[in-house]
Amino acid sequence: MDRRSFVKTLGIMGACTLPGRALQAENMGDETEFYGILVDTTKCVGCQTCTVTCAETHGLPEPDLDALWDSDVPRKTSDKQWTLINRFEVDDQEYYVKTQCMHCCQPACAAACPTKALLKTKEGPVVWRADKCMGCRFCMVSCPFDMPKFEYNSPVPKIQKCVMCWERLRVGQKPACIEACPEEAIIFGKRRDLIDEARRRIYEDPELYVHEIYGEHEVGGTGYLYLASVPLEKLGFRTDLGTIAYPEYTKTFLYSVPIVITLWPAILLALNNASKQAHESTEKED
Amino acid sequence: MKSGSGILSLVTAESKRFIKFFISELKPKGKLFTPFNIISASIITLGAVLIVIRFAKGLSSVTNLSQEFPWGIWIGFDVITGVAFAGGAYVLTFMVYILRQEKYHPIIRITVLNGFLAYVFYAGALLLDLGRPWNVINPIIGNSFGVSSVMFLVAWHFMLYMIAEFIEFSPAVAEWLGWKRIRKVLGGMTLAAVIFGITLSTLHQSGLGALFLMAKSKIHPLWYSEYIPILFFVSSIFAGLSMVIFEGSISHKVFRHRMSQKVHASHDDIVLGLAKICAAAMFVYFFLKVIVFIHEKHWLYLNSTWGYLYLIEIVGFVLIPMRIYVQALKYKNITVVKFAAVLTLIGIILNRLNTSVIAYNWQALNKYYPTWMEIVITLSVVFVEILVLRWIVNRMPILSDPPIWASDEKEERIKKIYLIKEEEPEKWKVSSM
Repeated sequence: MDRRSFVKTLGIMGACTLPGRALQAENMGDETEFYGILVDTTKCVGCQTCTVTCAETHGLPEPDLDALWDSDVPRKTSDKQWTLINRFEVDDQEYYVKTQCMHCCQPACAAACPTKALLKTKEGPVVWRADKCMGCRFCMVSCPFDMPKFEYNSPVPKIQKCVMCWERLRVGQKPACIEACPEEAIIFGKRRDLIDEARRRIYEDPELYVHEIYGEHEVGGTGYLYLASVPLEKLGFRTDLGTIAYPEYTKTFLYSVPIVITLWPAILLALNNASKQAHESTEKED
Repeated sequence: MKSGSGILSLVTAESKRFIKFFISELKPKGKLFTPFNIISASIITLGAVLIVIRFAKGLSSVTNLSQEFPWGIWIGFDVITGVAFAGGAYVLTFMVYILRQEKYHPIIRITVLNGFLAYVFYAGALLLDLGRPWNVINPIIGNSFGVSSVMFLVAWHFMLYMIAEFIEFSPAVAEWLGWKRIRKVLGGMTLAAVIFGITLSTLHQSGLGALFLMAKSKIHPLWYSEYIPILFFVSSIFAGLSMVIFEGSISHKVFRHRMSQKVHASHDDIVLGLAKICAAAMFVYFFLKVIVFIHEKHWLYLNSTWGYLYLIEIVGFVLIPMRIYVQALKYKNITVVKFAAVLTLIGIILNRLNTSVIAYNWQALNKYYPTWMEIVITLSVVFVEILVLRWIVNRMPILSDPPIWASDEKEERIKKIYLIKEEEPEKWKVSSM
């Protein structure tokens, strides 16, 4: 090895350690905990104040409040409505369930986004950034809850979904729907504290609640947590999603990419060389 | 100063010559008002109008896309099926440049050109589907790298692969323009481009399948599997080659006048060789499909509409065409090979559409059907591609022999060896016509 290649190698090795250090620093500085929201469906009376407040806060059109009573099937959020209440009848008892983005701890949409337009903030909300998004809608394909909604009617479309009032959070306020709820059916706090609170409620009134917190483990944990007094699949929840965080499903593939990128060219070159020798030897025999 | 102005005058003279030549080449060769031209021109015009409407009023003005079905045929057919069909280029470059199967050399240029144009137009059709296409530069220029995204990976690989394929194909452009020295440089880059291209193809062909890994809760279990990336990769091998066979049989008729003796003579031999690879790849694919099916215990799904659709795809358009390929190989029947190729292509369309559109969100109440406008725009993309292909094939040495000055160095070398060895120069003159 001559001096020039020695210096080169040294330089490359040094460069390789740089991103490593940067990554380490990033992890160490990240001490904030995710915020979340606990929905106690036994307390919700279906007044829809949260729905109205949400629309007012985010400049969305006024929601159709009668749809709650008219619709037979559970309704879904749309590009014009970030959150809504659905009514379920189980054993002659009525239940009201709030629906919106679940703010997964490891969101599929953010892992899917090629431009990081969808971002899991360190505070917990999953937000969308207009200047990044190119509108490929891969987030919609990936989200297990079908939450990102797209404005098909617009030449400058946006992705619309609940952002847990991130802009309010950053100035120390609670999400608008939390402050609007007259029944305290939804409460806001650190996700860890909310899980404690949910457990306490189940422990103190084990007859009322099913002994499960929806969102504690589903798809690796979600920011929104639900308590209910009937099995959750009867309230329109998907209980077949599993507990594996969605980004894990693409991990094997993504991890194999660098292996292929480095190994394939080497193998192909070797094959090319081998075939060259074979080719030449047959030529000579001819 | 003197040499500087010398170079400058040379460059201006050369670029003047180039522009003159290019303009003369722009003129159509042959009749302008053929039935094909009239039909394709009217569809393209209609498509162009619809594209303007789409960008002025948003996607809902021309498509049936919904919140449940964010991807329609522009992604499911144009991009995902189109790219699988373009897989022939990487398989053939592997055969010719890596394994040195010289038998396939005569069709390498047309295949690479086809692949390149398929990527430009079908992956380019992605831009029509993007809601905010002006932000497409974000993942490219690095102001926002979503490195954990499969889409990011696929997008980058599309771009890099287009460059690699253009380099593979560029000697033909240089020969057309008469740029001898540049031709030599570009020719020297071929092997590197091929190796790079095969690597990228492996990753983005499987990457297109990996796009659906996170749609686990939406795609029907018969089509969802952790092995989607591998299944997509393996099927791209026979999808691409079947397309080469299919396109070959068409261009054999359409471009007969441009076809060199070599291409013409080797056609049957090449088709049979490709059929053999297809049959083998299809066997591997079928085997993988069966393993996935048994492992995930999908028996119960079979007796339903979805199960029948699955069986039609797997038996009718994988197992049967594979069997036909084998049969055709036995009797060396080219017509039957072409029939098998068509069946295989239908099977690939079925598989890609099933995964991305039909069995996607299979529990949804409102199904997605493409509008006539989505279909017209898709057809215009296909027709523009065919017209560009025809323009290039009619001008550049794609199917025809390259100019004598650019004939392969290796061939020259072989010639020399033979000249010394056999001392029969006349024989070579005849066969190299």
